[in-house]
Amino acid sequence: MHILIKNTNGEPIYQQIVTQIKSLIISGALSEGSALPSMRNLAKELRISVITTKRAYEELERDGFIESFTGKGSFVAAKNTELIREEQYRIIEEFLQQAISSAKLGGIDLNELENMLKLLYEESE
Amino acid sequence: MNEYILEIKDLNKKYDGFAIKDLNLQLPYGCIMGFIGENGAGKSTTIKLILNLINSDSGEITLFGEQNFPLSKKLKENIGVVLDENSFPQDLSVNTIHKIMKNSFKNWNEIKFNNYLKRFTLPLDKKIKDLSRGMKMKLSLAIALSHQAKLLILDEATSGLDPIIRDEILDLFMEFIQDESHSILVSSHIMSDLEKISDYIAFIHSGEMVFCEEKDKLIEKYGLLKCSHEEFETIDKAYVIGQRKHSFGVEALIKKNMIKGNFQIEAAGIEDIMLYNVKEINS
Repeated sequence: MHILIKNTNGEPIYQQIVTQIKSLIISGALSEGSALPSMRNLAKELRISVITTKRAYEELERDGFIESFTGKGSFVAAKNTELIREEQYRIIEEFLQQAISSAKLGGIDLNELENMLKLLYEESE
Repeated sequence: MNEYILEIKDLNKKYDGFAIKDLNLQLPYGCIMGFIGENGAGKSTTIKLILNLINSDSGEITLFGEQNFPLSKKLKENIGVVLDENSFPQDLSVNTIHKIMKNSFKNWNEIKFNNYLKRFTLPLDKKIKDLSRGMKMKLSLAIALSHQAKLLILDEATSGLDPIIRDEILDLFMEFIQDESHSILVSSHIMSDLEKISDYIAFIHSGEMVFCEEKDKLIEKYGLLKCSHEEFETIDKAYVIGQRKHSFGVEALIKKNMIKGNFQIEAAGIEDIMLYNVKEINS
């Protein structure tokens, strides 16, 4: 399990942990039922505040990615395909938004953009 | 178990020309609190009051839910203290000090202490006066960590130490709070490295507590704004904590969620927050 914290980008540290653990779960690198490091251990290893890791775990639990049991620790929750789809939608939307901004900047219309997407999609198959 | 490992309520202590005024502080279990402020802000006085080394004029201090006056034997065992200058007799060797400590603390853990000595490469036969500042600090830390203390109180312990030793100390702190019933109060005027690991920041200025808050909340609340003089005029000054105007623009500490519009706002560090708050209070 790899988690890398960047101090340079403005993204809050807890958010960076949430995003990275989510993508580890989605990619299957962290499988259902596997144990996550304890909040205190994660804080120690990353040298960050315990409150920060606690907040990250709470967020992951709220979003249904992990389950926590007092005294036992936190574990990857059963894969919820709907949830993962939802997460992927969110990520795709974010990237498409960037593509649209770039297209507008370059005066590329929707038609052209659609063609580009189609071409790239087919190429990757 | 009550909520806080250390709680200070309305603490007052008056000296000629300096006073601790209505100080409040709450340190929960399992946390690291950075206690910051300029030189002479009252950090050491507060710590001495906590340890009952001086008497307060009024107010209440509780440690593990127990009043610190008098400081019971049990409390003394439970608190590991490292002060700015260690006060061991200069002519004693590390080994002799070990023997004294072994007989002073009921819960002395010899194996632990020897492990720290090895880890810090502290020579047993050397006299205190022949140790470097870093070595003395490490010895004090080793002692504070070897009598099963649950609360560590450090006063300017890491100031004046080189980055390598400071780094080792961060590791020790993180190891210490792996136990949820442990906490650390560490005073310093250099925050750079402590900032990352601190859960709470308590900021004292001329004897008064400016804030005592979760670090993450502070970082969320404040931002560093950089803009031109003209742009600065358009900003509601109620949300500006402090500012520095120079010939080519303005830098200001602001409450970032309150500022509307397209401005360049950077993340503020704890030192920025401290600096601009002090400037504002002084002006």
